[in-house]
Amino acid sequence: MVVKVYGPAYASPKRVIVCLIEKQIEFETAPVDLIKGEHRNPEYLKLQPFGALPVIQDGDFTLYESRAIIRYYAEKYRSQGTELLGKTTEERGLVEQWLEVEAHNYHPPIYEMTVQLLFASKLGLSVDEKLVKKSEEKLGKVLDVYEERLSKSKYLAGDFFSLADLSHLPFTQYLVGPMEKEYMIRDRKHVSAWWDDISNRPSWKKVLELY
Amino acid sequence: MVVKVYGPAYASPKRVILCLVEKEIEFETVPVDLIKGEQRSPEYLKLQPFGELPVIQDGDFILYAIMRYYAEKYRSQGTELLGKTIEERGLVEQWLEVEAHNYNPAIYELTIQLLFSSKFGRPVDEKLVKESDEKLGKTLDVYEERLSKSKYLAGDFFSLADLSHIPFTHYLVGPMGRQHMIRDRKHVSAWWDDISNRPSWKKVLELCKTPFG
Repeated sequence: MVVKVYGPAYASPKRVIVCLIEKQIEFETAPVDLIKGEHRNPEYLKLQPFGALPVIQDGDFTLYESRAIIRYYAEKYRSQGTELLGKTTEERGLVEQWLEVEAHNYHPPIYEMTVQLLFASKLGLSVDEKLVKKSEEKLGKVLDVYEERLSKSKYLAGDFFSLADLSHLPFTQYLVGPMEKEYMIRDRKHVSAWWDDISNRPSWKKVLELY
Repeated sequence: MVVKVYGPAYASPKRVILCLVEKEIEFETVPVDLIKGEQRSPEYLKLQPFGELPVIQDGDFILYAIMRYYAEKYRSQGTELLGKTIEERGLVEQWLEVEAHNYNPAIYELTIQLLFSSKFGRPVDEKLVKESDEKLGKTLDVYEERLSKSKYLAGDFFSLADLSHIPFTHYLVGPMGRQHMIRDRKHVSAWWDDISNRPSWKKVLELCKTPFG
């Protein structure tokens, strides 16, 4: 029985999928259609009571919140695939720090932009241009801090790829692709080099192929 | 040399201090005044480039995502805050993320509006308060369901997930005057009584005054 990941078409589940590929863990997926509101079905809410994506089922074990899921698998399968948590407790501390930065500083503005620019029309809502502008400014300020950090460090937590970098892949892919805001990355020399590096990992290319 | 924690008057640093007290780790504190904008001073930004609280200095090591690090590093002393197995830890992480993404945003907005607006000379945004109250209420309904089946959020053991809720919920039932949101929900109410009466939290409140008394 393999891990089942719900909602592979969307960004947050892709965080989990790229992690499973890096850790060489077999998995299968189950589609959930957000536009049809399938995340609000009683069957889905039994698994994820907040109606958010993703959730995983691993035998009897059910877990949700993509960043909790990636921490769980990175820990459980520490000895196989890519090391995603650093080598020492201090390195792990820095991985956790940059995962928190992604969750609290990077994610909120980029998520708002995703909803406005990519989903509003699908849901029959008008785009809130003021919110888009505000979010883009916030994201820009965060990217300025990243530029400073990445001028001193190859990856966010240090000289090693980790969950902290991985966590940025799915929504940043939306930013440089369908949101057409690649300049936010390219205008920042070190962020640009970091993005080229992490987005060209075979694991991420595989995710984009499959889903 | 002991761990130095910045900003003890405020809620997020209290998460860290509570964790250190549970883990029996010595620490000292350094005040940072948000009203005076000290979190934007160049010296502070060198430590925490996003200008947020808290940050810790442990010898040469500077960190601003702190509880998991200490709960892991000092696993063998004080209270176990990460569960016993990898699966239990997975559930701790899940509920920590739920706090961060579902609970905190609404309660943080209420804190800014109801407790800090006046200090910054700004009017309260009543629409935002109403929206945040509704969001928080819906989240608490999910918690009520969970806590009817489980003594604590991640299982039958106290963990970082429960701990993480304490500082801002203290504001909710106190200076924000919203105790009914907790008391109207039987299992949430019992959970809150349990976790807020831990000796560690009482100690934190003694040591580190909030800006609201």
